[in-house]
Amino acid sequence: MSCPVQDDTRLQAWIDRRLDEAQAGEVEALLRADPVLNRHAQHCRRQNALLVQALAQAAGEPIPERLRAAVLAGRAALAQTDAASDAASDDPPAPGLALGHEPGGRSALPEPDLTSPVTTPARPAVTPGRWRGWPVAAMVVLALGAGFAGGWFGRGGLMPPEAAAGAAGLGRAAAVAHAAFAPEVRHPVEVAAAEQAHLVAWLSKRLGSPLRVPDLGAEGYALVGGRLLPDPGGTVAAQFMFESTTGERLTLFVRRDPGVPDTAFRLATDRGLSTFYWMDRGFGYALSGSLGRDALLQLARSVHRQISP
Amino acid sequence: MSPTPPDAHFAQALLGLLPRLRRYARLLCPDSHSADDLVQDTIERAWSRHRQWQPGSDLRAWLFAILHNRRIDLLRGAPVLHSLDDTQSATRDELAATPAPADDHLGVIDLQRALERLSPEHREVLLLVAVEQFSYDETAMALGVPVGTVMSRLSRARQRLRAELADAAPRAGHLTRVK
Repeated sequence: MSCPVQDDTRLQAWIDRRLDEAQAGEVEALLRADPVLNRHAQHCRRQNALLVQALAQAAGEPIPERLRAAVLAGRAALAQTDAASDAASDDPPAPGLALGHEPGGRSALPEPDLTSPVTTPARPAVTPGRWRGWPVAAMVVLALGAGFAGGWFGRGGLMPPEAAAGAAGLGRAAAVAHAAFAPEVRHPVEVAAAEQAHLVAWLSKRLGSPLRVPDLGAEGYALVGGRLLPDPGGTVAAQFMFESTTGERLTLFVRRDPGVPDTAFRLATDRGLSTFYWMDRGFGYALSGSLGRDALLQLARSVHRQISP
Repeated sequence: MSPTPPDAHFAQALLGLLPRLRRYARLLCPDSHSADDLVQDTIERAWSRHRQWQPGSDLRAWLFAILHNRRIDLLRGAPVLHSLDDTQSATRDELAATPAPADDHLGVIDLQRALERLSPEHREVLLLVAVEQFSYDETAMALGVPVGTVMSRLSRARQRLRAELADAAPRAGHLTRVK
């Protein structure tokens, strides 16, 4: 006989203990009369128990920082998109090398919501175990909040406020990402430089376009690795991190910005952090570091030469 | 517009579900790195459409559905091959012919080895039903298939797992005899 097991749905429900007493009794009567079926049904209950046991371990593994950061940054990005949606404008291309402070204008991010447990690092620990990895997550939120509320680009300037959108958003996003991850000791990057091929392939895939990583060895900086970031101005962005032998860190932020006109280098500085950023053929690049303007400009030129020849 | 409380609840709920999303992704992907890529994709998607989610409704089933669909999207070009068998439950004859391991000797390691040899579709239905304790309706929703397909796939998955377990722990019978 090769017909399906009679009333197989009820058998499965019996295995999963989802029948009420009366229904379970009926199935058990059936099983007593059929050793083949009985043996199988008992075995399947054992399977269920083993599955729970085996897979409980998998759910207990530590969560990589990048996933926590994605959750929190996703929320911050959403807030920023909401805030920016009525402030958007094109950033006009600037011929030649334009140095100077980024225009002031509006802060694209609202104040962090201090009533929420997610953005309140001072009170994270109702259940301490669940919040391992808090520091990085909190830092992202803090960087977003403090950076904008505290005055990144927010101090008034020489250019009209509408210039704060477009390419300027790039410098801002890069500075925030730098502030979030450059101080990280344990998890500065998601994928280390040792897996450079994988890193580049992965980030290229996620950005939807082949990326190149510049070699800054001649300037004294070695690649640490990279990570993927949700980008408030688009979908995703890549961050590459470099480090000197004395531990100084640089980050290169790359995102796709189709339709945004090319620009020259621009510089934004605040509290010791400098960011050179530029648009080139549909990509936005930003190099951030706690360096003097001349030193950072030299590095930015090297990056530009190598990745957009 | 400032962040609204629902955003905060959503973020918190997402964080709480990360371990289970990772476990699910790990069952579907060949390695842990691609599994985490899939979870990250799922998080990004969830944020991009989080306003579709009704606070108070079951976020877990919704997220699992996003993850499931995302995986299918990523496989485009290499479509998932559904076994024809999955449209029909295992027959009694098939069960009679399926080798059975000695249950007393089965351990977690045997199960892990056996699971690896099942198709992702069989692994996922077992996870959702037996481990996540999704109802059959919720499972159907997460997988985007009729509940009848869930039942037949579950039946097949259990039969396959039994055969693989018998294979994974072939010496169990000898051990019994020695005892």
